[in-house]
Amino acid sequence: MSAATVFGLCAAVAVGLGLYGLIVNPQPLRKILAFNLLGSGVFLFFGVVARRGAAAGFGGDPVPQALVITGIVVAFSATALAVALLLRLFQATNSATLRADAPASAGNDPTGA
Amino acid sequence: MTIASALEMALVAVVLGVAVWTIAARETFAAVEGFVAYGLLLPLVWVRLDAVDVALTEGAIGGGLSGVLLLGAAARLRPTETLAAAERPGEILRLAAAVLSATVAAALAAGVLFLPDPAPTLAPAAAANAAATGLGNPVTNVLMAFRAMDTMLEKVVLLLALVGAWSLAPDHLWGGHPGPRHQADPRGVLAFLARLLPPVGIVVGIYVFWVGADHPGGAFQGGTILAAMWLLVMMAGLTDAPPIGHRWLRPMLIAGPVVFVVVGLGGLVVGDAFLAYPVAYAKPLILTIEVAMTLTIAVTLGLLMAGAPERSAER
Repeated sequence: MSAATVFGLCAAVAVGLGLYGLIVNPQPLRKILAFNLLGSGVFLFFGVVARRGAAAGFGGDPVPQALVITGIVVAFSATALAVALLLRLFQATNSATLRADAPASAGNDPTGA
Repeated sequence: MTIASALEMALVAVVLGVAVWTIAARETFAAVEGFVAYGLLLPLVWVRLDAVDVALTEGAIGGGLSGVLLLGAAARLRPTETLAAAERPGEILRLAAAVLSATVAAALAAGVLFLPDPAPTLAPAAAANAAATGLGNPVTNVLMAFRAMDTMLEKVVLLLALVGAWSLAPDHLWGGHPGPRHQADPRGVLAFLARLLPPVGIVVGIYVFWVGADHPGGAFQGGTILAAMWLLVMMAGLTDAPPIGHRWLRPMLIAGPVVFVVVGLGGLVVGDAFLAYPVAYAKPLILTIEVAMTLTIAVTLGLLMAGAPERSAER
């Protein structure tokens, strides 16, 4: 089995693990974490496809590699926004649950809302 | 193609072990620590895949910045941990999730095993057109010329994420300082490193950006290193994050996308298409865009990490 294939299988397992964590872990932060794991698996696929496309003296196809770099930055932007939303939710309600029937608590919202 | 070596097998085993820990750990903080380790091991995989540019990005953003961001959030959300344990889904749901995830993973694994041979590639096309830009790094060529539209839109996404985070500010704190004020022992290790490392880190950041034209590196990686230096100084409490209403902040935040769009529109007037660079000026134009982008990336990433405004500007 070639190295690229082994890393490809690694990517498949990472996506599976991420998906499982996304569904099962109740904490929103854990879901963000699992989603990042899932995403990194998808990026790794691009890396494997790029490596297999090595030609013209390059170690890999530069097009998928460039797409992954853009993808990593976009994934980070989304993660940062998600974390900011989560921290604001915690500030406003003093809890970080995603349950619709969560008991309302006093909260420590500086707006007093 | 080479047969996988023992080193690569061991690397995959460690990466997947840390990934399992990230999902299965009881404590959220411990899970985030696992994720940081995962993000720092992944660049080794990228190096083995001969994608050093991606390895640099993954290490700086995936491992470094994401790690700091999530560790900070986990520490602040620790009081919610005990309640969350009660929300753990039942056995049936967990089993169904496991079956679904295993099916998806198996389908993807089958996809990897049955990839077309010979693999389709755009590498010859990238090599054939490299002369049009005068840059030696094929990945920078793709990012800045062949698929420049992606890179430009990605800058806009970064900006939108920051606008999104800022818009979470309560009304009376609009224009205030983002995040909590960091305190650290002024004679401690963190403050010492925050004085020692930035001069070196700034040089390394600019160097990584500059060599990106011909070698692995580039505006993203360099900008991230610059952002990390700024964050280090902020986290050590040596300086405060600027209030988001600060005068010089807005021009720096839009410099990258604006220069990109202006050069792109110039291509429409002088050349054949939006973002078409005249061949004689391709390299200077790309470098101009990259300088503006590096600045914008460093400031945007630093402020994204700092988060939504939480303190008024006066304090």
